[in-house]
Amino acid sequence: MGAISLRGINKRFGATHVIKDVNIEIEQGEFCVFVGPSGCGKSTLLRLIAGLEDITSGELRIGDRVVNHLQPKERAVAMVFQSYAIFPHMTVRENIAFGLTIRRESRAEIDRKVSEAARMLRMEDLLDRRPSQLSGGQRQRVAIGRAVVRDPSVFLFDEPLSNLDAALRMSTRQEIAALHAQLKTTMIYVTHDQVEAMTLADKIVVLKEGRVMQIGAPMDLYHNPANLFVAGFLGAPSMNFLPVTVEAQGARTVTVTGDMLGRTEVPHRGRSFAPGQPATLGIRPQYLRPDDSGALRGTVRVSERLGTETVVDVALAQGTRLMAALAEDVILTPGAPVAFGFDGYKAHVFAETP
Amino acid sequence: MTLDRATRLMGRYLLLLFIACIFVFPIIFMIMSSFKPDLQLLQDTSSVRALLPVGDLSLDNYREAFDRAPIGLFIFNSVFITATTLLLSLFLASIAAFAFVFIDWRGKSVVLALVVATYILPFETVAVPLLLLVNNLPWLSAEGITWGWLNSYQVQIIPWIVRALEIFLFVQYFKDLPRDLVEAARVDGATWFQVYRRVVMPLSGPVIATVAILKFLEMYNNQFLWPIMVVQAEDYRPIMVGLQYFFQLNTAWGEIMAYLTIITVPVLIFYLVLQRAFIASIASTGVKG
Repeated sequence: MGAISLRGINKRFGATHVIKDVNIEIEQGEFCVFVGPSGCGKSTLLRLIAGLEDITSGELRIGDRVVNHLQPKERAVAMVFQSYAIFPHMTVRENIAFGLTIRRESRAEIDRKVSEAARMLRMEDLLDRRPSQLSGGQRQRVAIGRAVVRDPSVFLFDEPLSNLDAALRMSTRQEIAALHAQLKTTMIYVTHDQVEAMTLADKIVVLKEGRVMQIGAPMDLYHNPANLFVAGFLGAPSMNFLPVTVEAQGARTVTVTGDMLGRTEVPHRGRSFAPGQPATLGIRPQYLRPDDSGALRGTVRVSERLGTETVVDVALAQGTRLMAALAEDVILTPGAPVAFGFDGYKAHVFAETP
Repeated sequence: MTLDRATRLMGRYLLLLFIACIFVFPIIFMIMSSFKPDLQLLQDTSSVRALLPVGDLSLDNYREAFDRAPIGLFIFNSVFITATTLLLSLFLASIAAFAFVFIDWRGKSVVLALVVATYILPFETVAVPLLLLVNNLPWLSAEGITWGWLNSYQVQIIPWIVRALEIFLFVQYFKDLPRDLVEAARVDGATWFQVYRRVVMPLSGPVIATVAILKFLEMYNNQFLWPIMVVQAEDYRPIMVGLQYFFQLNTAWGEIMAYLTIITVPVLIFYLVLQRAFIASIASTGVKG
């Protein structure tokens, strides 16, 4: 009943085409994350599903109903807003009970559901407070509570963690994951933070300028990005891109050459290349290793020791930048010469050039 | 240095005190005079005694004012007309503004511009067409019986319920309310009217106070020309028209002061209750009643 299907969805605001032919299938109980840079249309897509914006063309189904023309309240969705959107003139209890009182549920039923949600979100002590007396994290829990009590078939989250500080963001993220494990309700979650996307999602939808770039499980997207955008967007630090030229394509690999590379064999992952074609080589910072005989030579610009790893920003000979994520005990000083090697089988090659 | 500052501070307070006196003295004079017989009242005007409760004080002026004219009825009429208009205005102006701000419909910006444009029309330009309208239209009509508009409460209430300014003030305020709150309520299943009643209006205290004050002053203080045009009978006369009528009765000054004191009291009470909101409304809208 909570499966969602978007087919050929388009949205225009006047002359601006913000959502372009989007097709997504989300299964019942799935945790789906829409991720992309700001302005990619991910929040608009969520608002289309919620019914807060009209769909220009295409078909939106929730369960087995086409809901294009249904009011938000007829769609059985609950939404948690970035700003929390809790009503400042109501107590926490009244806020959580809002959707239930609108539905005219009985007093006893409302009390029972509110207490249950409060227990689940550990905020029983806060029920009689006003929103102005709550911290950001508590407000977020109220917003989640208001969604939970309505027992919707789909939860929609619009960047729910972006107003929280780093520590709280992590714990709230885990709470949302626990909530999903417990309720097993379909959830759609919008974020620009790829860490949230990677950790929470069963399925990630990467969006750019209103188009779907790739859909898949987090690790599939991480290991097999379909294009430069997805490759660069997922993973921190971002994947390094180096310009190369295709020399030859084999059965499973493609041989490329580059200014600093010599000949390198890289899995082609089903893509086909023509000899002489310009292409882009992608190497994740984690797969670079310091190697005095390595092909990639440059000088250290900045070295950041994060405790779990050391991230080094390197300027290569022609000014190309390279990020490397090394073991935590590697100490490199700015200005020092370095050389890196890498395993070609863990690299990617794309026909696009940035 | 400190002396200099003290002098400047004192100068400022003296100036403020002087300005305050200019505004307060007429009111004190009015109240004091309302308790004095005419002869003493006129003698006192040449000295500071005019502002002091001294001499032969009594409630005679009030008694005679009430005997001479149905002041109680006039006050009731004014309060009834003002209160009814005020409540209907708050409801209709706010719900119209709600539709302009939160609901999407074709052509709403044009309609809003037209509504706001009517604000530049002074009452005098619509007075005659409006008079023709109420003269010719029936108010209620059933078989054999027709009630007209002239000489009634409704003729003093209905044309005044909503003016562009009130809608405009609500529109401006609603635009600054977080849209997420409205959308959250919508997703939670609220109808537009529930959003209006349970979310938007409870958060609109400041603008409700502003509109209430402006409407009160407009209705209570300034209703003069229109009632003269449409109300001939004493029964529906508001206090401001009643005052004019009272003047013509060859009345003693003391009685006039008593009448004025009586009609000033509701304004003062209203003002004192809403003083803070009153100042804020003038400061925020730049509109004075």
